Amino acid sequence: MAEIMKVHGSVISTATQRVLACLNEKELEFEFIPVNMAVGEHKKDSFLAINPFGQVPAFEQGDLKLFESRAITQYIAHGYAEKGTTLIIPGRPMATLSVWMEVEAHQFDPPMFGIPTDNAAVEENEAKLTKVLDVYEARLAQSKYLGGDIFTLADLHHLPNISCAMKTQVKKLFDSRPHVSAWVADITSRPAWSKVVAMGK
Amino acid sequence: MLRYVTDKKQLLLQNPAVKMKFQAVTLKVRQRSSRCPLKIVESKAKYRLIDLPEEHYQKANKVVDIDGVFGEDGDRKEDNNEDIPEDYKRIKHSALAILQWVYGPPLSTAVSRVLATLLEKDVPFQIIPVDMSKGEHKKPDYLKIQPFGQVPAFQDESISLFESRSICRYVCEKYADKGNKGLYGTNPLEKASIDQWVEAEGQSFGPPSGALVFQLAFAPRMNIPQDQGAIKQNEEKLQKVLDIYERRLGESRFLAGDEFTFADLSHLPNGDYLVNATDKGHLFTSRENVGRWWNEISDRESWKKVVEMRKSS
Repeated sequence: MAEIMKVHGSVISTATQRVLACLNEKELEFEFIPVNMAVGEHKKDSFLAINPFGQVPAFEQGDLKLFESRAITQYIAHGYAEKGTTLIIPGRPMATLSVWMEVEAHQFDPPMFGIPTDNAAVEENEAKLTKVLDVYEARLAQSKYLGGDIFTLADLHHLPNISCAMKTQVKKLFDSRPHVSAWVADITSRPAWSKVVAMGK
Repeated sequence: MLRYVTDKKQLLLQNPAVKMKFQAVTLKVRQRSSRCPLKIVESKAKYRLIDLPEEHYQKANKVVDIDGVFGEDGDRKEDNNEDIPEDYKRIKHSALAILQWVYGPPLSTAVSRVLATLLEKDVPFQIIPVDMSKGEHKKPDYLKIQPFGQVPAFQDESISLFESRSICRYVCEKYADKGNKGLYGTNPLEKASIDQWVEAEGQSFGPPSGALVFQLAFAPRMNIPQDQGAIKQNEEKLQKVLDIYERRLGESRFLAGDEFTFADLSHLPNGDYLVNATDKGHLFTSRENVGRWWNEISDRESWKKVVEMRKSS
């Protein structure tokens, strides 16, 4: 694909960070277009034309317009499989990778996303997260990374929410599980991720 | 009534290396009428294979060794045939031809997503019952194939999977040339367009519609008190999402373009309960484009078959 890739988003949005991490891992050139959410730019018609849900990120390449960070990362990872870090595993192992991408989206993300303000909600989220992380601990005891032997999208998709979590009381849930803890230390120290974090500063 | 498994015996693992052995003792094959030549096998087998060794997650080409009987003769009761409609023919069918197993009841929204996909792709499969009322889905045997203790789980000759959308993606990839070939797109651009709507379904449509379906259709049956606040909140969220869908479906016939794809299919499970088992169907029918789209996608032969399977379970 010759046309330049454009990412519309916000450097502090976890979903936007997911896409930026992927582009950095792939060592790809792209144009970052900040969306000023404070003034409602994401609800304007020009933005809705790319993402009808009025959310960040949105992605463009030539005529192609995409939304939903996990659809965007998969498009990039498959389309540029030979560049930079291989974020997918070809063949049958792709199915297992896909399982853990869904796990991140449906089991991990919900209790992590958003900031509950009352204690009951915080406790409920922590209870859910505890169960999820028990499964992760067992998985990571058998497999170096979630999707298989190598770092893939299945791990990358977790980075934004994990980074946030490490700054809150939820950190203890990760630290108390040796395999999860080692995996977190590994993936959060990747240079591609550090670049994303630096953008937000 | 399709009876759920009540007697369970651990599959005898004859090979210390845990080679996969499976045989459904009695299989019933329902042959569809000449309109649509799909074979659906619903097994009344009481046992199922659970344990897959770790290597199966990695290796591509394991062959299933389907021999050996599990369970004892005395445990097998005569199958109850009263639920099979008159126009179906019963044929004895070899287990060797069935290479896809889906664990879980068709009543489950996530299970039905997988079933609809298998039917769209013309892929034979077998449903393995999981008696959730008896907590079967939380038992160690089942947790080995679905560590979150949910349905569905899926196995074929070489892999064990969970999470309905990834099972569906796998089936579409494995059987790219079968059945509805365009179900997950035929090139990367189409696939990406479908993916974004599948994600939208999972992230934006699914949570509020799922909450409404649970509160309005399932909670009463389970004697769980309804949460009126949650109902109101989720209805409002769903209204906003459906406004976006209304705009989109004014621009194109289906979500990802002019053809029915997995992006549309993914909405069928929650949508069906919403329209047919709650009083919130008007959320769809009061919107012209969403209503039109809903009528079209719910009229698919594959989905009608899933609805039939639910009724007989």
